[in-house]
Amino acid sequence: MHLAYPAVLSALLFCTGLYGVLARRNAILVLMSVELMLNAVNLNLVAFDVWLSRAARETLHSGQALTLFTIAIAAAEIGIGLAIVLAVYRNRGTSDIDKLRDTAEGPETRGPGTEGPGSSAAEKAEATA
Amino acid sequence: MTTTTLAVLVPLLPFLGAAAGLLLGRTAPGFVRPLAVLPPLASLVLAALVAVRQGGDQAVDAHTELTPTGSVPIELALHIDGFAALVAILVAFVAACVQIYSTGYLRDDPRYPSYAALVSLFTSAMLLVVYSGDLIVLLVGWEVMGICSYFLVGHYWETPEARAASLKAFLVTKLGDVPFLIGLFALATDAGSFRITRVLGAVSSGHLHHPTLIALLLLAGVAGKSAQFPLHTWLPDAMAGPTPVSALIHAATMVAAGVYFIARLLPVFEASSAAMVVLAVMAAVTMTGSGLAALAQDDIKRVLAYSTIGQLGYMTGGLAVGDRGAAVFHLLSHGAFKALLFLAAGVIIHAAGTNSLAAMSRMHGLRDRVPDAYWTMTVALLALAAIPPFSGFFSKESVLGAAEHVATGSTDRAPGAAGWIVLVAGLLAALLTAAYATRLWLLAFRGRGAEAPDHGRQPLTMTVVLWVLAVPSLAFGGLAYRSLPSWFDGRDLTPTLLTSILGTGLALVGGLLTYGAWQRTNALAARVPAAPAPSFEWERLQGEAAAHPEGDASLVEAHALADHGPAYRDLAHAPDPGRLLLGPLHRPAAAGFHLDTVYAALFVRPVQAGASLVRFLDSAVVDTYVRGAAALPRLLGAAVRRAQTGNVQTYVSALLAGTVVLAVAVVLVASGA
Repeated sequence: MHLAYPAVLSALLFCTGLYGVLARRNAILVLMSVELMLNAVNLNLVAFDVWLSRAARETLHSGQALTLFTIAIAAAEIGIGLAIVLAVYRNRGTSDIDKLRDTAEGPETRGPGTEGPGSSAAEKAEATA
Repeated sequence: MTTTTLAVLVPLLPFLGAAAGLLLGRTAPGFVRPLAVLPPLASLVLAALVAVRQGGDQAVDAHTELTPTGSVPIELALHIDGFAALVAILVAFVAACVQIYSTGYLRDDPRYPSYAALVSLFTSAMLLVVYSGDLIVLLVGWEVMGICSYFLVGHYWETPEARAASLKAFLVTKLGDVPFLIGLFALATDAGSFRITRVLGAVSSGHLHHPTLIALLLLAGVAGKSAQFPLHTWLPDAMAGPTPVSALIHAATMVAAGVYFIARLLPVFEASSAAMVVLAVMAAVTMTGSGLAALAQDDIKRVLAYSTIGQLGYMTGGLAVGDRGAAVFHLLSHGAFKALLFLAAGVIIHAAGTNSLAAMSRMHGLRDRVPDAYWTMTVALLALAAIPPFSGFFSKESVLGAAEHVATGSTDRAPGAAGWIVLVAGLLAALLTAAYATRLWLLAFRGRGAEAPDHGRQPLTMTVVLWVLAVPSLAFGGLAYRSLPSWFDGRDLTPTLLTSILGTGLALVGGLLTYGAWQRTNALAARVPAAPAPSFEWERLQGEAAAHPEGDASLVEAHALADHGPAYRDLAHAPDPGRLLLGPLHRPAAAGFHLDTVYAALFVRPVQAGASLVRFLDSAVVDTYVRGAAALPRLLGAAVRRAQTGNVQTYVSALLAGTVVLAVAVVLVASGA
C-alpha cells in the first residue's frame, strides 16, 4: 500500500478533529474530536513506521512503540477530561463551552456562574454588612 | 581607687541613674526619687575627690582605644586639668540642687520619672563634656545635651509654646552644630588627632594650617550652644520648660558647655586674631543687646534668660581677651547665682500664680509670703549686678580686668581691639545688668495693690536648696579669687582698682537710675486715678491659682505659661521703670529686637517656600512624567486583555493560526524562497 493513502486518511481525520475542537459547543464532542486528532497522529506514526522499516532504515519500530504510548496517554487524558466535564456539568448544569467563560478578563465576562471582581467585591460588602 | 576610676564614675553614675529611672519609672515608682537624687550627689562627692586629688597640678590624662577607626583615631580619653575639675564640681552641685528641688517642685507631675531621668542624662552628658579628653567623645556629650534640652524644654508638650520652643531650641543649636562638626574634622585633620592634648600640642608647634577657618567654624557651634548672638534666640523661648530645667540649662549645663569648650581649646582660637576679634564683637553685641532686652521683658523668667545671655557674653568676652581663667571663674560664680535666681523665681511664680512682673508689681506683700525666696533672690541679684562683696563682683571684675590689660597693651595674648570692645561693652553691660536686676527686684517684691494670694508654705526641699545655693552666691568669689589662679593658668584674678571702681560705679548708677524711674512711674500712676481695673481674666486666674493652693508648683507654672498672653496683654501697660528708661527702644527691646521676625523672613519663610516648591515639583511635575510613562503600558495591557475572552476555542483558533503561520514560514525558509 502506498504511503499516500494512510497519510491522506490521517490528514482528513486530523482536520475533522480540528474542526470539531474549534466548532463544537458540547465539551464531550470536543473531547471526542481531540481523540480523532490523536488517532490521526497514531495512524501517521504506524504508517511511517512501516514505510521506514520497509526501506530498512529503521528496525526498532519506535513509531509503533510511540503509538502505544500515545494510546495509553490518550486513555488517561480522556478519563480526566470526562471527569472534569462531568464535574462542570454537575456544578453548572451545562457543558456548553461557549458559556464557560470564567477566565475572561474584566467587564466583558458574561454567562451564568461567572464571578467577576465586581461581584466578589459586592459579596464582601454584603458579608461585612 | 585611682583618680581615673573616680573620674570615669562621675559621668557614669548619673547615666546609670537615668537608665534605671527610665526602666523602673513605671514599675517601681518608689525608687524614682532616690534614683534621681542620689547619683548627682554621689557624682558631686566623686568630683570633689577628683578635684582634691588633681589639686590644680599636672593634668590627669588617661586614654584607651576601643577599636581602630581609620586614619584619625578616636579614643576614650580623660583630660582633667584645674578647669575640668572645678567645672565638674559646679555641674554636679547644681544638678544635685536641681534634682532635690524638683522632688518638691514637680511632686505631683505624672511625668516626673522621665523628667528626672532626662535631667540625670543631661547632667551625665555635661560631665562627659567636661572630663572628655577626646573631641569626638566630647561631641557625643554635646549632642546628648542637645536632645535632652529638646525633651526637657518640651516637658509641657500639651502647650503649643513648649512644643515650638523645644523645636526651636533643637533646630537653632543644630544650626550651629553642623559647622561645629566640620570645624572639629578640620581641626583633627590638621592636628592629626582628636585628643585635646595632641591638638594643643599641634597648635603650639604651629601645625595648624587654617586657624581662622577652624576657629570660626567652631565658634558657630559655641554660639548656638552658649546662646551668643546671633544664635541666642532659642534661650528666651526655652523658658517654656519647667523652672528647674531652666536653672540647669542656664547655670551648669548646655550654655556652659560652649564657653567651657572655648576655654579648653583657647590656644586654637588665639592662633587667629581675626577669630578673637569676632569673638569679642559677638560678646559685645550679646552683652549690650541682651541687657536692653532684659530691661523690657515682662516675664520674670525671660528677664533671667536674657541676663544669662548677657553673663555668657561676659564669659566669651573674657575668652576673647585670652583669659580663660577669668571666663571660667565667671562661669563658676554665675552657675551658682543663676541657678539660685531660677529656683527662687520658681518659688515666686508658684507663690504669685503668675510669671508676669507687671502682675507681681500689683501685688502687695509677696516678699512676706516667700521670705526664703526673697532673701536668697536678693543675694543672687546683688551677685548678678556685681556689687561687692558678692561673688559676681569678683568674677566680673576679673573679666573686665583682663580686658583692660589687653586694651592697654600690657599683654599680647589678644588683639588690642578685642580688649577695647570687651571693656567698653562690659562696662555698658554692667550698667544694664544692675538696672534690670533692680527692676526685677522692685517689681517683684515692692509691688503695691491687692494682697498676694496665700499658697501656704513652700516645700522644705525647695527652700533649703535656695539657702544652699545662696552660700556660694554670697561668698564664693571673695574666698576663691586668691586660690583659683593655681587651678587655672596661674594668671592673677584679683580685681584691678580702675575697672572695679568703674564697674561698681556704673552698676550703682544703673540701680539708682532704675530706682528713680520706678519712683517716678509710681508717682505718675498714683496721679492718674484708677488705673484700668485688673481685667476679668486676671481675676479668674487669681481664683484659679488660689483654688489649688496645695497644688503642684509645676502645675501652677504650666497654667501661668499658658495664660500669660491672654491675661496680661492689658496689664503689660502697668507702671514699669524699664519703659521709662528705654523710651522708644522699649518696644523693639521687648520683642528681642525683632530678631525672630528677621530670621523668619530670612530663613523660615524661604525654606517654607522652597518646601512648597519642591512639593509642587514632586506632585505636579515628577508624578506627571511617571503617570505618562505608565500610560502606554497600560494601553497595551488593555488591548492584550481584550483577547482573553474566556472561550477556549478562540484560544485554540489563535494557536492554530500561529502554528500555520510558523509552519508556512519554516517551509518558505527551507525551500529558500
